[in-house]
Amino acid sequence: MSESPGVIASAHHVPGLDVVPADVTSIPVVEVRHGMFGAHDTGDTSGYGGLVRPVRLPAPTPRPYGGWFDEAADELALALPAEDGISFTDAVESVVVFRDELTFNVRREHLLAFVRRLRDEPALRFELCLGVTGIHYPHEDGRELHAVYNFLSMTHNRRVCVEVSVPDADPHLSSIVSVYPTNDWHEREAYDMFGLVFDGHPALTRILMPDDWPGHPQRKDYPLGGIPVEYKGATIPAPSQRRSYS
Amino acid sequence: MNDVTYESVQDELTGGAGDTLGGDEDIYAGAYDTTEGRVFTVVGGDWDQIIAPPEGHKERIVVNMGPQHPSTHGVLRLILELDGETVTDARCAIGYLHTGIEKNLEFRTWTIGVTFVTRMDYVNSLSNEGAYVLGVEKLLGITDQIPVRANLIRVIALELARLSSHLVAIGTAGMELGHTTAMTNCFREREEVLEMIEMLSGLRMNNAYLRPGGVVADIPAGGEAKLRDLVKYMRRRLVGYHDLLEGNGVFMARCVGIGYLDLTGCLALGVTGPILRSAGMPWDLRKSQPYFGYEKFDFDVPTVDTCDVYGRFLVRFQEMYESVKIIDQALDLLEPGPVMVEDKKIAWPAQLSIGSDGQGNSLDHVRHIMGESMEALIHHFKLVTEGFWVPAGRVYSPTEGPKGELGAVIVSDGGTRPYRVHMRDPSFTNLQSVAAMCVGGQVGDIVASVASIDPVMGGVDR
Repeated sequence: MSESPGVIASAHHVPGLDVVPADVTSIPVVEVRHGMFGAHDTGDTSGYGGLVRPVRLPAPTPRPYGGWFDEAADELALALPAEDGISFTDAVESVVVFRDELTFNVRREHLLAFVRRLRDEPALRFELCLGVTGIHYPHEDGRELHAVYNFLSMTHNRRVCVEVSVPDADPHLSSIVSVYPTNDWHEREAYDMFGLVFDGHPALTRILMPDDWPGHPQRKDYPLGGIPVEYKGATIPAPSQRRSYS
Repeated sequence: MNDVTYESVQDELTGGAGDTLGGDEDIYAGAYDTTEGRVFTVVGGDWDQIIAPPEGHKERIVVNMGPQHPSTHGVLRLILELDGETVTDARCAIGYLHTGIEKNLEFRTWTIGVTFVTRMDYVNSLSNEGAYVLGVEKLLGITDQIPVRANLIRVIALELARLSSHLVAIGTAGMELGHTTAMTNCFREREEVLEMIEMLSGLRMNNAYLRPGGVVADIPAGGEAKLRDLVKYMRRRLVGYHDLLEGNGVFMARCVGIGYLDLTGCLALGVTGPILRSAGMPWDLRKSQPYFGYEKFDFDVPTVDTCDVYGRFLVRFQEMYESVKIIDQALDLLEPGPVMVEDKKIAWPAQLSIGSDGQGNSLDHVRHIMGESMEALIHHFKLVTEGFWVPAGRVYSPTEGPKGELGAVIVSDGGTRPYRVHMRDPSFTNLQSVAAMCVGGQVGDIVASVASIDPVMGGVDR
């Protein structure tokens, strides 16, 4: 197995669970679970304490995607080289079809060109962007931060999703405000909450948190506070530290 | 506090005007230098104490409207730049009601998540729940298994929420424009609607009534008759509303031709809902991408092409008629049946019932798990404390909220708690259009424009 980003780290490798389709290079790991009941100390007496289960997101889908999804992908494969000189495979890492939703995993350097084609191609016409939201996957080495965009075409009554992943160490991606002005506040929120830096945004400042707030609260590694209680110096641990089911 | 800036070169301002204020100096009204010139802070009543701008310097007045201004629908802060009565720039500052609901969701089970999302846009709690449960069911892959009766009750609940949301929008707008009769009447009707919501869920607001897999409880005995009465009552009342506002010259003068935003502007700014339909676009997700069985109902999507504040209220009026129509049809379609999905690994085991002292746990269910079946007790305990597993993946669940497209981006990591939930709240996006509607207009029209957007800060800030 190659060591490309997103591939299950060898420490968590479980034989028999990594059935990967032939044309698929990686399946993102979102979480690695240990044990059976979420106890991380000696509490798990079930005999399943050694169990290690990586949790993966839906794998990339090979063609045909079904319905109009192929048509849309074909249209992009024609329009991207013709208008921007980018091949479809350069711009799109993979395509995922999950629960009747089409997602293009787009490389960040081609995001702006990609969404411009989504909006402008007559056969696509995704006039409306429903904003962007960040997602933090600390287990995905080199692509920890994801930005998820949803688009709607009122002309064709279709929806499509675009996902971009960037490394935590270099959380830069292009702003699409120049194409979809509605993303102004949405990008500010994703910056505020996840630290995604949208290059080219007219004024990328915090929007929900105070201007001088340190850190980005919706990241998974953001420290949460516990509550001290007046009983023999005890504290109620932070929500992320409490025992939970796995 | 409002700031007055004299645009000038820094070194021309030696001496400092702040020192010349004299003996009755206001301790809050200071002056300081910035890169854009000297800034004076005035807090009201002391405008004449500020010296006139030096010869050849332009005066810029920046006024903070809010966050505690009564006409801004909650804690919205508008930062306005004025030239006399004309607005030359408008910006929104939000976040005063940010409570981290999306983050909180990540530490509770999928079912408890409903209790959090219901508090986002608190004026139409049930719509938030609709978007959330739709997404969770999509992830679970059980959308087709939801009982017909559960979906019909959901439709009734969502339309009641739409009615109450529109009544608040129109009522508060009337109040802000000096038409307090509209406010008292709308809130009186809203009370009737909330009565029905309370009859269904036990609560007036923050209902947590929809649940992944179905609804919390069936309509109580006699509830359908009460809903029929509401339909009749609303039909009678709504007619009067139209005359109440249309017949009021002041209200019309404040609304017609104000806050212009056309279709191009709406799409560029991502504006949906009544504002989009006031620009002539008949776009309603209940029609174009139906969910919860909305395709079964016969209703119209009202539009106008005035693109102004008046048009938006007209659309809301007509939508209320349509909502009443949908509730009426849903009551016709109701047949006895389950209100929770069949799958025992997902269906919430506890049941509620109404006793002589109000709503509470069903005694039959308590008797069953405590006295009859150990397995039922274990099952109940596991589902309530641990919850159910949701397959890993990400979905987006768009619904037509009263204010526009209300969708939830939901990510599961295969566990019993959401990995990430993001609500695409229409208020948040629509509020971006304030500058487009207000700049170049009069200060007083800002109130009408913001009221026509109908932002609820609980949904904006989440």
